[in-house]
Amino acid sequence: MAAAMPAPPRATRADLARIADLVTPGARVLDVGCGDGHLLEILRDERKVDGRGLELSQTGVNACVARGLSVIQGDADTDLEDYPDRAFDFVVLSQTIQATQNPREVLTQMLRIGERVIVSFPNFGHWKVRAHLALHGRMPVTPALGYEWWETPNIHLCTLRDFTALCDVLGARVETTVLLGMNGSADTKNGPPGWWGNATAEQAIFLLRSR
Amino acid sequence: MTNAETITDTEGQASGAQACVHRFGMDQPLQLDSGVKLAPVEIAYQTYGTLNADKSNAVLVCHALTGDQHAANRHPVTGKDGWWNRMVGPGRPIDTDRFFVICQNVIGGCSGTTGPTAINPATDKPYGLEFPVITIGDMVRAQAMLVEALGIEQLFCVAGGSMGGMQVLEWCASYPERVFSAMPIATAARHSAQNIAFHEVGRQAIMADPNWQAGAYDGSDAYPSKGLAVARMAAHITYLSEAALHRKFGRNLQDRDAVTYGFDADFQIESYLRYQGSTFVDRFDANSYLYITRAMDYFDLAADHARRMGCDTGTLADAFRGTETRFCVASFTSDWLYPTSESRQVVHALNAVAANVSFVEIESDKGHDAFLLDEPELHDTILGFIGASARARGL
Repeated sequence: MAAAMPAPPRATRADLARIADLVTPGARVLDVGCGDGHLLEILRDERKVDGRGLELSQTGVNACVARGLSVIQGDADTDLEDYPDRAFDFVVLSQTIQATQNPREVLTQMLRIGERVIVSFPNFGHWKVRAHLALHGRMPVTPALGYEWWETPNIHLCTLRDFTALCDVLGARVETTVLLGMNGSADTKNGPPGWWGNATAEQAIFLLRSR
Repeated sequence: MTNAETITDTEGQASGAQACVHRFGMDQPLQLDSGVKLAPVEIAYQTYGTLNADKSNAVLVCHALTGDQHAANRHPVTGKDGWWNRMVGPGRPIDTDRFFVICQNVIGGCSGTTGPTAINPATDKPYGLEFPVITIGDMVRAQAMLVEALGIEQLFCVAGGSMGGMQVLEWCASYPERVFSAMPIATAARHSAQNIAFHEVGRQAIMADPNWQAGAYDGSDAYPSKGLAVARMAAHITYLSEAALHRKFGRNLQDRDAVTYGFDADFQIESYLRYQGSTFVDRFDANSYLYITRAMDYFDLAADHARRMGCDTGTLADAFRGTETRFCVASFTSDWLYPTSESRQVVHALNAVAANVSFVEIESDKGHDAFLLDEPELHDTILGFIGASARARGL
């Protein structure tokens, strides 16, 4: 190939491999906020998935196109309504829900578009976050939440229990929860997380099914 | 392919470029949407690069309203680079070291393909307004005839901007199995009322020129150059953005320190438009301008497709149902002639039929013409899409 663009560098994120484990091989998947397409590439190469992406940034979209992925430049907050009902087997929102303007609407649309929905996000209920706030009286800056309050794109932070409460409101059933610990450990369980999980998981992945 | 001949002339062209004319005789008429069967038909085209053994590396690039087949070679009339010289060539995003690139002058055109300047076999005189009204569908049907005559079953890619993008969409709706990948750029699935309005201004300018003579100017000493130049000036404004105009010209005066209190071209923008108009007249036919703008005005892919399927109404998604083509749709933020919302409608329709589609809205202040200009994001997008599609095609 004479003038090929070099493949974009690979991101490394603990939750991507775990999310891929939850996806049925050969499924149709929409990755909302797909970034540079790392997850879609894993899903395509390892799970033979027919994947699509939605991404806001030009850099991300170009990286995806260069990787041979199908990606549409757009905004999760406004563009999900364009997709038809039940268009995908899985709709994934990884590390993005906390940065959306209207998480409830985004989740509602995802539950409409997909048979199942996978959401991962940093847990604001982690004991270190709670301890930091309790001891210092200031917003915590952690590896998973690495911004000062005045510059953070994470405008809708929540705990695992906050999230499952929203799922209840929207009539979504939590099928599986994967709790990711500080040291890369992962604990998979059926149903929503308990009190202990909400206090000890740094991040979590939820597999939801709309009722 | 009886009664068909191909004339090849390689002299004076850019490296690897071939200028050809393919003639379809009276026994191979072009069926037009208007019901007319047009014959004979000549198609002028350029090729770049080499067709591979299994004929799987052909890329068709489709030109815009005032473009022609000279996509990547020096233009024989103007002496300027081809209209997509930045995109097509050795080592360019559409790499002629890898791909066999074809660019045809559209039916109704005036650069060698049969159009209103051609001789009407019924009268032995130029067609003029006797030439049948053509559509984007007719342009694509003519292109398909040539692609077939070249022995190419499936095009690796069909790409183009503006009217070229309309042809790309038409290809994908009419011949989905013959298009592996497609890049409709800065275009729309139907011509908007605003676009029709601008075209009507141009046509009226031509028709108001006394030299137009109801289209029968060919053979007379007079030519409707004033009307055609005005049409071009008006259209040219729509291809640029306010920001681009301001950056390039502002209110700068042309070769003078003060305004003249008259109607000379005091401002640089006036001088620029007059120049655009006058040089356009040297290379473009006024009747062709009428026919091609009309073809664009009539374009409405959803309605056209429904009609061909024998339905009263249809959605745009219906035109793409079952498609296996890989799409990459691109628009520009400052394009107010074919705004992003038009591209998004195409993307929504493709989404609705679960097509393999990418969409990029490129940040640019260069307006509609950005697809012809130095726009690195567009180059990267096309390079990435072509490269990935080639991998998927095994090229």
